[in-house]
Amino acid sequence: MSTALRRYPVLIALCVAALFMIVPFLIVAMNAIKSPTEYSRNGPLSLPEGLYLDGLKDFWERVDYTQKLVNSVLISGAVAGLAVVLSVLNAYAIGIGRVKGRTWVLAFFVLANMLPQEALVYPVYYLSKEVGLYDTRLSVIIVFTVIQAAFGTYLLASVLGRFPREIIEAARIDGANKWQVLWRIVVPVSRPTLGVLLVFFFIWTWNEFLLPLVMLISNDNQTVSVALGVLQGQRLMDATMTNAAALLGVLPAIVFFLLFQRTLTRGIAVGAVK
Amino acid sequence: MTAIVERGSRAVGKHQAGSPRRPRPRGSYALFLLPGVLAFLAVVVVPFVMNTYVSFTDWQGVGSPQWSGLANYRELMDDSEFWESFRHSLFMVVAMAVVPTAIGLVLAAALFDYVGRHFGSKTVAVLRACFYLPQVLPIAVAGIVWSWILAPDNGSLNELLGAIGLSSWQQDWLGDPDLALYSVMGVMVWVQIGFPLVVFMAGLQRVDPQLHEAAELDGAGWWRRFWHITLPQIRPETYVVLTWCSIAALKVFGAVYVLTKGGPGGATNVPSYFSFTTFFEKTQVGYGAAISTVLTVIILALSLIGLKLQSRAEEAS
Repeated sequence: MSTALRRYPVLIALCVAALFMIVPFLIVAMNAIKSPTEYSRNGPLSLPEGLYLDGLKDFWERVDYTQKLVNSVLISGAVAGLAVVLSVLNAYAIGIGRVKGRTWVLAFFVLANMLPQEALVYPVYYLSKEVGLYDTRLSVIIVFTVIQAAFGTYLLASVLGRFPREIIEAARIDGANKWQVLWRIVVPVSRPTLGVLLVFFFIWTWNEFLLPLVMLISNDNQTVSVALGVLQGQRLMDATMTNAAALLGVLPAIVFFLLFQRTLTRGIAVGAVK
Repeated sequence: MTAIVERGSRAVGKHQAGSPRRPRPRGSYALFLLPGVLAFLAVVVVPFVMNTYVSFTDWQGVGSPQWSGLANYRELMDDSEFWESFRHSLFMVVAMAVVPTAIGLVLAAALFDYVGRHFGSKTVAVLRACFYLPQVLPIAVAGIVWSWILAPDNGSLNELLGAIGLSSWQQDWLGDPDLALYSVMGVMVWVQIGFPLVVFMAGLQRVDPQLHEAAELDGAGWWRRFWHITLPQIRPETYVVLTWCSIAALKVFGAVYVLTKGGPGGATNVPSYFSFTTFFEKTQVGYGAAISTVLTVIILALSLIGLKLQSRAEEAS
């Protein structure tokens, strides 16, 4: 009886808190479709009177948002794919091959994963200039492939450590070599985990800021995050432009979230449940 | 940053595989490690060693570095800007680790116990999604959203305060040196809260429901059960979340870059941003390297402590 009375206030409190979390998104969406005159007349809190898309269109063309999206997709996609491949190779040697000194190799990858990027950023910037990779998307792809693979190796090595050995031994008896065992057995069986890694690597790389900010200075190479962050940092945008920028930055994140929501939460559960 | 903190969840997993039953040829497996190790040498080890070396030199980024021994570190000790930036890091740890963990624990338990039991898993999923959404947002974009909401003229927060008759509370949230740090902290709580929540909700699934039922029969109220059953049961997750969020707090860069650029007057400067400006604006590369080396040492020490606490908690539970 008393719990029945109490449970609605708890639910209402949680709903209010959840609403508070998404209010910023709603305000942004609301104001991105207001015209500048309407915005200056009614302020940021009024409901939009109509649908005004010119602000978004202007902003899109002004920053060449298509190009930024292409860059972000290209970089994040390449990193996700390559980092998964690199993680699989490392983890196969550590988790299934049990190479000598694997504890140390693994510790090395874990530490590499924890290093702050601040301790790498200047040498990476300097060295990439030396080898002619500065301000190329390739340089960012290479760096993040390695950084993401540090985490991927750590996770996959433990997953593959529990891989049923009978399957591998059966395949070996049938004459498969190590390479065939990896691609024909280990990878297909581990596909759900690899899918989770792919999604996480993609989103993490999409959201990266410091290194891409340093490495990608020309407009044609910048990612969405960098382009929007630099614009904001210059303090040159008026309210309408800021809202357009915010909405266009938020939209891909929401799309990923809706697409991958199950993977995101399941992925966290994969690691968290013993 | 958003990205990095999510990784903590996985560290909870404890994985031990039995030792191989019989020796097998090991040689050729090492070949699979070759591309990974080479790539790591090139992208992580070489730059890291170089950065550490440069921290003992005087270097402007051109010409060859001049060995200066501990001069940069001695200068750091007397640099009030350096100490200020680390003091702000402590505030960030509060905003990104302590507060989100505390709120996350209560929210996760409330969602799991109350909402999950009485309103079904659909409701839980929707609410959890709302709290988690800021975590998938690029920090640069979150910064744009909030700097506009917190703007002094025409910002939504000030407009809202005006509309409900609290005009005297209106502030220049990000421009007032006494207030800016707290505003940034508030934004970081909003950004961060989804991560502990999701990890704790996954952790709660392995708490034996019979423990709760037995305690409930004995007449223990919700808060007592939360304190005596839920908290001890998910202690390993708590340590992981605290460690990873503290590390993320020490690394915070994007939010400061977009919201305040370390200002006004250094009021929100943090080590990461401090080293960035020292590297690329002042081009005192040796000094910047020293800042980032100190940051690295602190982060590695914190990681080791966190790992230790976590493995102890896992053994205990």
